[in-house]
Amino acid sequence: MVTFLTQLIDGIRLGSVYAIIALGYTMVYGIAKMLNFAHGDVIMVGAYICFFAISSYHLPPLIGILLAMLLCTVLGIVIERLAYKPLRQATSLAVLITAIGVSYFLQNGAQLLWGANNKMFPSIIGGDALTLFDGQLHVSMATIVTIVACLVIMAVLTWFTGNTKMGKAMRAVSEDKGAAQLMGINVDTTISVTFAIGSALAAVAGVLYMCSYPILVPTTGSMPGIKAFTAAVFGGIGSIPGAFLGGILLGVIEIFAGTYISTQLANAIVFAVLIVVLLVKPTGLLGKQVREKV
Amino acid sequence: MKKLDRAARTNLLTYGFVILAFVILQLLSRSPSFSPTLRGQLVPICAYVVMALSLNLTVGILGELSLGHAGFMSVGAFSGAVAAAALQNAIPSPGLRLALALVIGAILAGVVGALISVPVLRLNGDYLAIVTLAFGQIIKSLIENFYVGVDSAGLHFSFLKPSISLGEGGRMILNGPMGIPNVAKISTFTAGFLLIMVTLFIIFNLVRSRAGRAIMALRDNRIAAESVGINVTKYKMMAFVTSAALAGAAGALFALGQNTIVAVKFDFNTSILILVFVVLGGLGNMWGSIIAAAALTILPEALRQLRDYRMLIYAVVLIVVMLTTNSPQLKALLGRLLPHNEEKEAS
Repeated sequence: MVTFLTQLIDGIRLGSVYAIIALGYTMVYGIAKMLNFAHGDVIMVGAYICFFAISSYHLPPLIGILLAMLLCTVLGIVIERLAYKPLRQATSLAVLITAIGVSYFLQNGAQLLWGANNKMFPSIIGGDALTLFDGQLHVSMATIVTIVACLVIMAVLTWFTGNTKMGKAMRAVSEDKGAAQLMGINVDTTISVTFAIGSALAAVAGVLYMCSYPILVPTTGSMPGIKAFTAAVFGGIGSIPGAFLGGILLGVIEIFAGTYISTQLANAIVFAVLIVVLLVKPTGLLGKQVREKV
Repeated sequence: MKKLDRAARTNLLTYGFVILAFVILQLLSRSPSFSPTLRGQLVPICAYVVMALSLNLTVGILGELSLGHAGFMSVGAFSGAVAAAALQNAIPSPGLRLALALVIGAILAGVVGALISVPVLRLNGDYLAIVTLAFGQIIKSLIENFYVGVDSAGLHFSFLKPSISLGEGGRMILNGPMGIPNVAKISTFTAGFLLIMVTLFIIFNLVRSRAGRAIMALRDNRIAAESVGINVTKYKMMAFVTSAALAGAAGALFALGQNTIVAVKFDFNTSILILVFVVLGGLGNMWGSIIAAAALTILPEALRQLRDYRMLIYAVVLIVVMLTTNSPQLKALLGRLLPHNEEKEAS
């Protein structure tokens, strides 16, 4: 029972990281209708910025995270303006390949700037572990921070998209770009803000991911990127609660499959579950069914 | 001379170009000054060209995005290499063994493609793409946990555990995550050239047949095609399985030209690399796929003296090419700089 709970909490922790990344994926997809494969590499850049802020400049961890969020936001906006904006009218495949080019660029740029060798990310979330059930169950501070961060981000995003002017503009643009423009919404600014939010979330996710898997290399971002993309599709891409649910479920399934079935096959099982879910619900768990029109 | 239509002329030109490129490279490779790195790249280039052609069938002709094409290459590579290793004593002639390995690779990849196509082809658009990605990852994970040994009693398989007890003179062929450590290199440039020609022949004939027209009708408008009585599942599956089988043959060719093969080689990045060939070469344009696959395989090698910067340059080239060919503003700018370009686009 205690093992089960420990695994469940581990799964929710990993799932929370996936959910934060998936939120960025899903928002960008919802608005720009593009699969932003460079998103995973923004995670890596965020983790590196935080790493250097803490270990080279000896800044406090909180400042390191804020700095990573700030720089990643700028990076996200710059990428959108330079690489994706000129392709607004192009086919989705052209945008996809450009996103892959950006992903290669970030990975190789990081390798040139910071070297290909492993960097050990310092443990930045200290504090006593929470002990439950007469000391049988330990929940580390890092776990609590990760899960709480995910819940807070989720709540703030839901409020933001539902109640603020910019949030409403985002929903309008994602529903119908042309009509939104006719209503006086600045589509370019809205898309830039979406990329900014997504990239800031990626920075947070990067730091939290590093707290679980502290080895930092230029390709660190690609696997969590793919997993989070899977999570976003799992929950129904374009839907914010869907990304949250998909992320958490994916994390729990991955940890459970690794513990109870086979460590080597954990990834295969995660992807197999995705396929089964898509077969039963072809637009993901919470995705909207789009009626096909002739 | 009989008047040929435009498509037939392009096809003939493509065949001619491939033959010409083969003859020139064959002559060049005789000379001692021929770069040894390029000589080593000849077989991989052929394999990547076939991969690009087969993916172009799925993406360009069928119009469905596949992000797991390397999975089929992997199935073909491992089944072909295992078959070649198992038949080492039975068939002494390397040419025949290679041909058999290619066929086995193609058949197994085709079977896997058929199995996958049942769930995959029920979906559309980005959901289909993510499922192909998932299948690519699953195939990689499964092969990484597969063990194959051979002895006098035949082949022995094991999954997850490397525990195979082999009889006298037995040896392990496939070692799970270690892959196949010592592949007998029997792939030749000539074999690669022949495979490209066969691939072109299959694709061109498929595209110009009744089935090919049905497949392209599905791409252009699925609902309209369905309403005139085209069997969606049948034709989608036909294109998808052909594409998978060709990728399997390419995988076997690739594997038998390497010293060692591991499952990690055929991961998501390889799928993406091949997709890049197809998109840069032009969707549905076989001739473009050949050029893009060959050029982009050589480019990182040619940039070798730039060392650390080469992949960065590759990324920049990729982004710049996509922007210049797809952005309306940049296209207009180019059109003004080169007025004759505009004319060609208009025609």
